[in-house]
Amino acid sequence: MAKFILNGEVKSADVESDTPLLWVIRDELEMTGTKFGCGIGTCGACTVHVGGRATRSCITPVSSVEGAEITTIEGLAEKDDHPLQISWKKIQVPQCGYCQSGQIMQAAALLKDIPNPSDKDIDAVMGGNLCRCMTYIRIRDAIHEAANTIKEHSDEQNI
Amino acid sequence: MSRISRGKSGGITRRGFLIAMTSVGMSFGFPRHLLAAMNPASPDGKVLPSEGDVYEPSLWYSIDTAGKIKVNIIRSEMGQHVGTAIARILADELEAPWDDIEIIHVDSDPRWGFMATGGSWSVSQSWPVYRKAGAAGRIALIESAAKKWGIPAAQCKAIDGKIVSNKGEISYGKLVELGLTRQFTEDELKTLPLKPNQDLKLVGKQVTSLDIANKTNGKSIYGIDAKVEGMVYANPILPPTRYGSKVVNVDDTDAQQVKGYQKTITLDDPSDSVTGWLMVIASSFVAAQKASKLVKVTWDAGASTKVSEADIINHGKALIEDQSKGSILDTGNVDTDSAFANASSDISEEYITDTVLHAQMEPLNALVFKNPDGIWEVHSGCQWQSLTLPVLAKALAEDEANIVLRSYMLGGGFGRRLNGDYTVPAALASKAMGGAPVKMVLTRAQDTQFDSARSASVQQLKMAFDDSKSVIGMEHHAAAGWPTQALAPGFMPKGVNDEPYDPFSIAGADHWYKVGAQKVRAISNDLAMSTFRPGWLRSVGPGWTGWAVESFMDEAAHHAGRDPLQFRLDMLIAEGRNAGSTPVAEGGAARQAAVLKKAGEMIGWGTKQPENSGLGIASTFGQERDMPTWVACGVQVKVDKTNGLVDVQKLVIAIDAGIIVDPNGAEAQCQGAALWGLSMALYEGTELLNGQYKDANFDTYTPLRLAQAPEVKIEFIVNQYPPSGLGEPAVTPVAPAIANAIYNAVGVRLRKLPMKPKDLRTALTQA
Repeated sequence: MAKFILNGEVKSADVESDTPLLWVIRDELEMTGTKFGCGIGTCGACTVHVGGRATRSCITPVSSVEGAEITTIEGLAEKDDHPLQISWKKIQVPQCGYCQSGQIMQAAALLKDIPNPSDKDIDAVMGGNLCRCMTYIRIRDAIHEAANTIKEHSDEQNI
Repeated sequence: MSRISRGKSGGITRRGFLIAMTSVGMSFGFPRHLLAAMNPASPDGKVLPSEGDVYEPSLWYSIDTAGKIKVNIIRSEMGQHVGTAIARILADELEAPWDDIEIIHVDSDPRWGFMATGGSWSVSQSWPVYRKAGAAGRIALIESAAKKWGIPAAQCKAIDGKIVSNKGEISYGKLVELGLTRQFTEDELKTLPLKPNQDLKLVGKQVTSLDIANKTNGKSIYGIDAKVEGMVYANPILPPTRYGSKVVNVDDTDAQQVKGYQKTITLDDPSDSVTGWLMVIASSFVAAQKASKLVKVTWDAGASTKVSEADIINHGKALIEDQSKGSILDTGNVDTDSAFANASSDISEEYITDTVLHAQMEPLNALVFKNPDGIWEVHSGCQWQSLTLPVLAKALAEDEANIVLRSYMLGGGFGRRLNGDYTVPAALASKAMGGAPVKMVLTRAQDTQFDSARSASVQQLKMAFDDSKSVIGMEHHAAAGWPTQALAPGFMPKGVNDEPYDPFSIAGADHWYKVGAQKVRAISNDLAMSTFRPGWLRSVGPGWTGWAVESFMDEAAHHAGRDPLQFRLDMLIAEGRNAGSTPVAEGGAARQAAVLKKAGEMIGWGTKQPENSGLGIASTFGQERDMPTWVACGVQVKVDKTNGLVDVQKLVIAIDAGIIVDPNGAEAQCQGAALWGLSMALYEGTELLNGQYKDANFDTYTPLRLAQAPEVKIEFIVNQYPPSGLGEPAVTPVAPAIANAIYNAVGVRLRKLPMKPKDLRTALTQA
């Protein structure tokens, strides 16, 4: 029996210990926002946060996250209003959308570590997330946009 | 007043609403087709109920008493925001506020007629249909209001979801509530007054794409997310060859140790989509996948176990050498022999492209079951329902009327999901289990192995010049595996020698340059055809014919001692067949010249570049001569001679697609397409090895990543021509522009795609 905290709620699932976290989330707990792309950690579509770190859930055995706090796209912001989700909508980033949960989760982890990332930072951190529609230009723009929004908010709070 | 019934409306063609409108007036409550449809803006894709009665002015939409308008979209959503583009065409003519529009992606009911999403056709083909549909509703609403007010219709106007006159105003919803019965004769429909293009309000304006929000919060539902009570999971076991393998022995002893494993089914497929396949059934995908690795299968393998990429390419070369092979397209004057006999000089070059994979992000999947009404429900993203239904019917030995494809978001199409063969194994497994729900998901490696890849190609181009180095003749011979021959042979026209050809494996070679006598010969590579199932891949033929034509145009310009840009412009003359023969193509070669000039300006053509840097240009049209989108690309590259790496530093696209319906979506399509072109030029390409694609996953198959994306600028030429297509054309000029820029940077010519660092290093040492 696997047990962890998913988007703030304690969840358990009767699965083999080597089951990848991705499939526990998708098929057992029926949250399908996290996507299956490659199964070997090379495309980033399955990215979730484990203890706040961006993690490829397709190669993460569920036994390794026992008791951990896991966040998926569904739990990123209560009203789907994370600054990245807002900038993503404003800039109309998604095309087919399939990789976008992973892109947004990876970008959210990036902004936590590097609140004001340069293009080079974005290149380095987002390089593991493949977008086959290749909406990369807008992904880059939307990350900058969200970073600026977060900065403006914190500036306001500091005044 | 009548209800729409499934039976009555069967067999309606795309333009069928003209006829349907005479039999369809008002219907009540929740139209049946909506139960099986998908709304991309609502959570889980569920269609919202309508308010009160609904009025259906045509097959394409309904209006309820709250004034909400459900627009039926027969095109699949795979990243183009296609519903947002098409619905606004209708809303504009209807004078409906955008906020009242809901997009409905319908199922494969025959009432919708021909259903396919590809070829960059969606907006171009929907344009006249949805405008007339919108106008019909507008006129019906105006007449209804006029009657109630007792005034002539001419004194009423439709504005923003209301009819207004000097008697006041009345909303569309209220008019529906009061009852609408307007019906049109076919003649009336033909002559419906459309708004002048310059009065269009939603077309060309920024609106929010209705599918976007759910793509940022995980709520969009793709085929892979489909579920139904009691379903089992399936993962296949694929045979060693695409065709002709027979299962000899199956031993699932080891698989039985996997918790949740149920059984292994050897498929018998009358449609020959998945010959030699087995399906491993389990209680979860993980168990099915684990077990499928443990089932021991022996096959009597098909004939292609030894075929390599080099075999396909060498066979293509031999086919081109044989002048009796292939189909010769009608290009006006195909007698090139005399031009070449009289030439004072000529050039000839060969271009090769490697096999290219779709590698769409969502691995192939399908959920199939027989519902309580005895209908086979197929839940899966699909680009060509009208092609997939007959394949399923054959596989299941079932009438097409008893099969329905339900709509889902596509996690990438790119042409892979035009070929619906992936729905067959799930259907056959379900049939073997008495119609129980079976959900099949392929692993990435299986998805790749089962890909309908873009075939490798060989092209030979020749050009004849007179003594003033003017072009007097051109030949283009192209050999490749033909997707249309494999999957839809009915779509193959015949050439002037009465031989059929695949238009999607030659379009682009029949370009718009004035070159005198012109022979374009398309040849099916039968070795490719028997080794794998060639597929349509985003940009299809022009994705590789354009590469050859535009690389060759540069080579020809250098042979003639001319500036490559001016050399092209001098041959882009809108005369004769190059003037354009359809409304969309009106303007012809002159429009191609305009985008070429624009791209030249954008990239700074003629400016001096640093050492090992160069500019390149190319101009193409997508996708066919009767629906051309004119496109030109300029790139700036820097070549690192020590390792052969090509850095594309700037990429500009000038594009003329007529009226731009959805500007933001259009720009997104062109950005993505341009980068797709770059990806195929430098980073993609696989090869056949022992009858299978060499690459299996993204560890070795390496499409462009974010860090490799250069600055991209897109400019649209503004005009009032009817819209053409935008999903693919911007792919096509990128690779030749890069090849031409590499030549200008370091003086070597690469004639093989992808252009790999190793090939560039080799070429540099030979230079």
